[in-house]
Amino acid sequence: MNGSEIATIDWWAWIETSFWIVFKIVLILLPLILAVAYTTYAERKIIGYMQLRLGPNRVGPKGWLQPIADTVKLIMKEIVVPKGSSKTLFVIAPVLFIGPSFAAWAVVPFDAGMVLADVNAGLLYVLAMTSIGVYGVIIAGWASNSKYAFLGAMRSAAQIVSYELAMGFALVGVLMCAQSMNLGEIVEAQSGGVLNWFFIPLFPLLIVYWISGVAETNRAPFDMAEGESEIVAGFHVEYGGMAFSLFFLAEYANMILISFLTALMFCGGWLSPFQGMGVLEDITAWVPGTIWLLVKASFFLFCLLWIRATFPRFRYDQIMRLGWKIFIPVTLVWLPLLAVWIKAGVWPFN
Amino acid sequence: MLENYLPILVFVAIGLGFGVFLELVGYFAAPRKDVEDKLLPFECGFDAFEDARHKFDVRFYLVAILFIIFDLEVAFLFPWAVVFKELSWFAIGAMGVFLGLLVVGFIYEWKKGALEWE
Repeated sequence: MNGSEIATIDWWAWIETSFWIVFKIVLILLPLILAVAYTTYAERKIIGYMQLRLGPNRVGPKGWLQPIADTVKLIMKEIVVPKGSSKTLFVIAPVLFIGPSFAAWAVVPFDAGMVLADVNAGLLYVLAMTSIGVYGVIIAGWASNSKYAFLGAMRSAAQIVSYELAMGFALVGVLMCAQSMNLGEIVEAQSGGVLNWFFIPLFPLLIVYWISGVAETNRAPFDMAEGESEIVAGFHVEYGGMAFSLFFLAEYANMILISFLTALMFCGGWLSPFQGMGVLEDITAWVPGTIWLLVKASFFLFCLLWIRATFPRFRYDQIMRLGWKIFIPVTLVWLPLLAVWIKAGVWPFN
Repeated sequence: MLENYLPILVFVAIGLGFGVFLELVGYFAAPRKDVEDKLLPFECGFDAFEDARHKFDVRFYLVAILFIIFDLEVAFLFPWAVVFKELSWFAIGAMGVFLGLLVVGFIYEWKKGALEWE
């Protein structure tokens, strides 16, 4: 009798915890999916204006309902599983691609203490999750049994792993400054005004990280994996309907993630840029940290779209040269330099 | 400590579940009509000449090998970097030697032309 009572109580506590976890996850995922939908709209609008066109402007006022219409269209489209493909893998690949790209958001803090999972190895977890995505690409390319898909997958995989190295090295610099892998603590380590943000001592690493991020997400000008003018759509050429939209969703979720991470690790995350500036700080004291974080992340996201509108696609050998022969040497030089800099206690490390 | 990771596990499950859910939605909401020609792999309007899973360039393989070596290096650097400020000069020098060895290897593979994609 007594034993079963204890069991009941534990059961309720368990249900309550899991309810809150699921509730918080929905609270992260819903805005994320909405953000993804409207990033596609923003992308088409921004690139449209950059090319002196209007972009989508028919569906709803100023085209605001365009993402909704796109979603409905994608739902109504058939998922064709080609003959000769590995059918199980073909269906699993998009799921494998989107699962990790969503799950990486578990450790992203949106304000001081506003994080789903406050783990001490947060950065390592993000790195692990974003690299699992490459399996989705490889499996999709292999399972399609189509030459274009296969070529796209090979290119994409080689490109992603190459840039992951540069990215990893850049993150080592962040860790050396922050002395923690927890994203929240990394932000706290930058408190005390703009001059304490890591982008000053880590400027070369910020550039390396940012460009590697663009390459990791297979965005233009590094979109060799898709290369629509030569291998039509690369690894997802055989995908249609919702299976395709999973790849699409994950790619945009990754873009937003990279923008958030850059803001968190190099630009003070949710910290106000006016910290320690007297009057300016008092005037802007009412702005919540989340807003600052969103502003910074939106800026980087805008840059991603801007880059796409500005630069022509790289050739594959140029991509590999940039990753291996420029970024890795730059980080290999900057890390020892940074080590001496920090140990010597010269500004801003005093 | 470890219970901090429970939300992550749930999140991974929900992320994968979301993918499965969307595929199911697409599967049931969309029409399905199998036509022989539609099911062929895309090849610029031709029937596929041969199986797509043919030989591929050895350089992709080489990149993967090099990636493993350097990624291990990054993995070793991570814990070192986290406690960096408490380290003695000796510990920093030790990492310097380790990095130096890898740089020598890096220069070697560069000179050998492993990074060339003409």
